[in-house]
Amino acid sequence: MEYHLTSPFDEEELKKLRIGDSVYINGIIYVARDAAHKRMSEALDAGEALPFDIKGQTIYYMGPSPARPGRPIGSAGPTTAGRMDKYTPRLLDLGLKAMIGKGRRTDAVKEAIVRNGCVYFAAIGGAGALLSKAIKSSETVAYADLGAEALLKLRVEDFPVIVVADTAGGDAYRRE
Amino acid sequence: MCIEANHSLGADMRAALDKAAETEDSPVGKHVLAQLQENLKIAEEDRIPICQDTGMAVVFADIGQDVHIEGGFIEDAINEGVRQGYTEGYLRKSVVGDPIERVNTGDNTPAIVHYRMVPGDELKLTFCPKGFGSENMSRVFMLKPADGVQGIKDAVIGAVADAGPNACPPMVVGVGIGGTFEKCALMAKRALTRSLDEPSPLPHIRALEEELLAEINKSGLGPAGLGGKTTALGLNIESCATHIAGLPVAVNICCHVNRHAVRIL
Repeated sequence: MEYHLTSPFDEEELKKLRIGDSVYINGIIYVARDAAHKRMSEALDAGEALPFDIKGQTIYYMGPSPARPGRPIGSAGPTTAGRMDKYTPRLLDLGLKAMIGKGRRTDAVKEAIVRNGCVYFAAIGGAGALLSKAIKSSETVAYADLGAEALLKLRVEDFPVIVVADTAGGDAYRRE
Repeated sequence: MCIEANHSLGADMRAALDKAAETEDSPVGKHVLAQLQENLKIAEEDRIPICQDTGMAVVFADIGQDVHIEGGFIEDAINEGVRQGYTEGYLRKSVVGDPIERVNTGDNTPAIVHYRMVPGDELKLTFCPKGFGSENMSRVFMLKPADGVQGIKDAVIGAVADAGPNACPPMVVGVGIGGTFEKCALMAKRALTRSLDEPSPLPHIRALEEELLAEINKSGLGPAGLGGKTTALGLNIESCATHIAGLPVAVNICCHVNRHAVRIL
């Protein structure tokens, strides 16, 4: 199936998605990778608030190349999601609804996906030039000192992804 | 060199991707390969990196023994080139100065430089930016001589299966067999710089390259790990002498963005 959906997502719409479905995302997505996840985790450990309200939001695991003048962003493909697994179940339990990345997740993450009615999407790894075309604006929300690992807020139009883990526990990477 | 390598792929990689796009039968695999072809086109036209991970700068410096380098230290010159290329070319700075303290150096230096003395009066630099999605999935196996060819096959196929979707398939697989612990890893890295249409000159190694590639592509992993028969676009093996007690095997995995640029001075 093919869907055009808006992020933050409607929970009922996420429930309809199944592994293998093609989704074109419109709206707002946040960007965070290794170092930003470590900082968010440290903030939570210290009892502080996250730099953005995570409830209902989407996180894209990505670190872009620098934008040329006049462009919103540089090359912008997904990074390996598994490196964020240590931090992810806690964020899902706090209300994070969707993730965009590539590659396998741990069982702990997959269980948290089902428990919270979330979806994990894959964007095509290594297609950073193509994916940058769907990003219309980018602003730094926090951790600017991290350079390519800063926490960003993006506005996207028809950003192409594929469902790889769904609310029913499906995993598109599983091979029998 | 930094900019050239990050904006366009060699003719061998393009040909391998075009061929895969024709022969792949899985619908999702075909779709992914078409997107990768489109991605290469956009990268070249818009002067934007093929992949946002513009890599750690790996440089092979083959120095002719008759060459005398004047005016400074060669490694400073290489690092200055990386600094300028990554800054002026809008390439991502992906290097931290210390593996534990992890503060970004801000200019993608230092480069990892492998020097080799060769006969002659030329200096050959091969620049290969290496992304870490695939680098993280690479492995070294210290096999026993009794493990033999079957042990080598199991190691390579196992490493590719473990890498799975994380390494951005379709991959290119570089294999080093023999030598010592560090030598086999270096051979595996160097194998990635050999053109995909240039098989090993050794008949038994060439046969192993063909067999392993066919076996990997039977795994069903496919483009982006979503199913299909294009799991690897190529597999190159470099081999050398080893000890009577050992059979080192290294598997260096690269994604479909197997980039390099070469200059001879």
